[in-house]
Amino acid sequence: MSEIEFLDWVRGPGFQIAAVIFVAGVIIRILEILMLGRKKNLAEARGSEMLGGLRTIVTRSMHDKATFQRSAFTIVSGYIFHTGLLLSIFFFAPHILMFKEVFGLSWPSLPTPVIDALAVISIIALLTIIARRMSNKVMRFLNTPGDYLAWLLTITPLVTGYMAFHRIGLPAPTLLAIHILSVEILLVLFPFTKLMHAFTLFMARWYNGAISGYRGVAS
Amino acid sequence: MSASLEKGIHALKEQVDSTVAAFFSSCVHCGMCADACLFYTETGEPERMPINKVEPLRRIWKSEYTLLGRIGKLFGLTKKVDDKLLTEWETLVYDSCTLCGRCSMVCPVGNDIALMIRKTREGMAVAGHAPEGLIGATTRAITIGSPMGVKLPALQAQIRHVEESTGKTIPVDVEGAEYMLLLSSMEIMNFPEFIEAVSKIFDRAGVSWTISTEAFEATNSGIQIGVSDLAAELVQRIVDAAEKLKVKTVISPECGHAYMAIRWEGPNLVGKPFSFKVRHILEVLNELREQGKLEISSRETQKLTYHDPCQISRRGGVINEPRSLLDMVADNFVEMPDTGKMNWCCGAGGGVSSNERADEIRLKVFQRKKEQLDAIKPDAIVSACSNCRLNLEDALEEYNMDIPLLSLTEMLADHLAD
Ligand code: SF4
Ligand code: SF4
Repeated sequence: MSEIEFLDWVRGPGFQIAAVIFVAGVIIRILEILMLGRKKNLAEARGSEMLGGLRTIVTRSMHDKATFQRSAFTIVSGYIFHTGLLLSIFFFAPHILMFKEVFGLSWPSLPTPVIDALAVISIIALLTIIARRMSNKVMRFLNTPGDYLAWLLTITPLVTGYMAFHRIGLPAPTLLAIHILSVEILLVLFPFTKLMHAFTLFMARWYNGAISGYRGVAS
Repeated sequence: MSASLEKGIHALKEQVDSTVAAFFSSCVHCGMCADACLFYTETGEPERMPINKVEPLRRIWKSEYTLLGRIGKLFGLTKKVDDKLLTEWETLVYDSCTLCGRCSMVCPVGNDIALMIRKTREGMAVAGHAPEGLIGATTRAITIGSPMGVKLPALQAQIRHVEESTGKTIPVDVEGAEYMLLLSSMEIMNFPEFIEAVSKIFDRAGVSWTISTEAFEATNSGIQIGVSDLAAELVQRIVDAAEKLKVKTVISPECGHAYMAIRWEGPNLVGKPFSFKVRHILEVLNELREQGKLEISSRETQKLTYHDPCQISRRGGVINEPRSLLDMVADNFVEMPDTGKMNWCCGAGGGVSSNERADEIRLKVFQRKKEQLDAIKPDAIVSACSNCRLNLEDALEEYNMDIPLLSLTEMLADHLAD
């Protein structure tokens, strides 16, 4: 396969396969959760379940001062890499072009140097995160191969994207193809790893907030 | 597989619902829940971190309720729940967790880990992996009617004492009363002043109330050990008595888990809404305050702080009421750092105090509370749970700290206008 054929494959059939597995997988995982259902609460309510749930979806991204101090590293590094990652996925001009092709929707992009910086910052944040995962007592205790896999799946597109943009080491089409392939691997494995939290955390936060909200506590 | 293990696994399966599945699917192994749990912060032992405590439930969810897990199970790749696992986890699930729910407030993805631990106990208990102390308390609650073995004559004797000292009659088994007061065994045995205080306040406020001789025990060991059938039986006794006396509201006393049991779990345990309301004593007192029926003639001048009982504040929703009441009666009220819904547990809830095996760790994790107290150095601690109160008194003594414990209800009664 020539480099152009490789690029064509990842852009065509490769992408379609990945997208189908991603979408089907995510839907299955979400249905798998929702179909379990949950019992109606028969106790007299003290507050609103719905409002409590919606509130916690938002407020769980903001921690009180003492919690922040106790878990400062996790919170700060988490914020940095999530922000950098999401902005570089959704506000990089070539990505927006791609979204336009697939969904027909487009939006303004961020200047390329900004995206470039964000990618580097995210990569650094992810490196510190893995260093901590390997050294911190609690993290080492919790670690599973799935944690390393999820980390690898997340950092690879960032690194390959950075290399493709700066044309480091290999011919440009090959670099681009590798970048797209890394995203496709991410999409395929997404529903079956903890990356799934990107969707389920809204449910988890809603349930948490609803359970507390029903009792009149803002969680 | 032994019959009890099979029952345990079945019980764990029954506990998996969409909340549990959403929580497990979302955990990113960030470790933040560890920083929120006194059993981790005070021991530094990673296995005591919150999310680890629910491993048995996680295994059941994974192998039975996820696509990947089910495929894995066909090839024998999933981790099993067996007696060895449950034996190992017993001390984590029961001795190292007070169900305080603080972890559930910080998990960034929103996992209600305390709820999952409560659910894990359902499987552990039927599989025969609950601590002796809790089994004993639950058995006594079912057969005698009280986890501490307190029988009706003991209550009647305390009532007589109170009547002698106040000269007022305590209304017993009065049909059509507005309120029916429940008591915890601890109040009957260790703090009968509570009955006296309620009697005094209600008498001044002209409240119609009663105590039922058929259901006076408020605590529910069934929910602490995690056996819903038994918990439901204990709740049903209260429901029957309240319906028989046709009361409008049942009052949960100064006991945290009793409030959780009757107010929030109760109707769900017996499977139907109550025909009466359930209120915590502090809610009732605050209502009386709002109606101007709680008149005081003197105020507390010493430096007071309030210890939020987890099941009443964070898990129960009664957070503002004690503060409004304290505002009314205290000149120098100071909050601890981390308070209200973020308060730290005293270390003895969730059945830990009934479990002698956990004594050592209970006293150890009290260091968290000690730090909070050292930060503000109060003259006295006010609280609204006899279990917290007993434990705080015990632990303060252990740490050579001379800070008296006050019940909010009793304190109000002391300052009541004649
Ligand atoms: S804080 Fe939440 S997401 Fe993080 S390890 Fe604990 S349960 Fe998992
Ligand atoms: S409920 Fe409280 S004691 Fe139990 S794991 Fe969570 S923070 Fe720790």
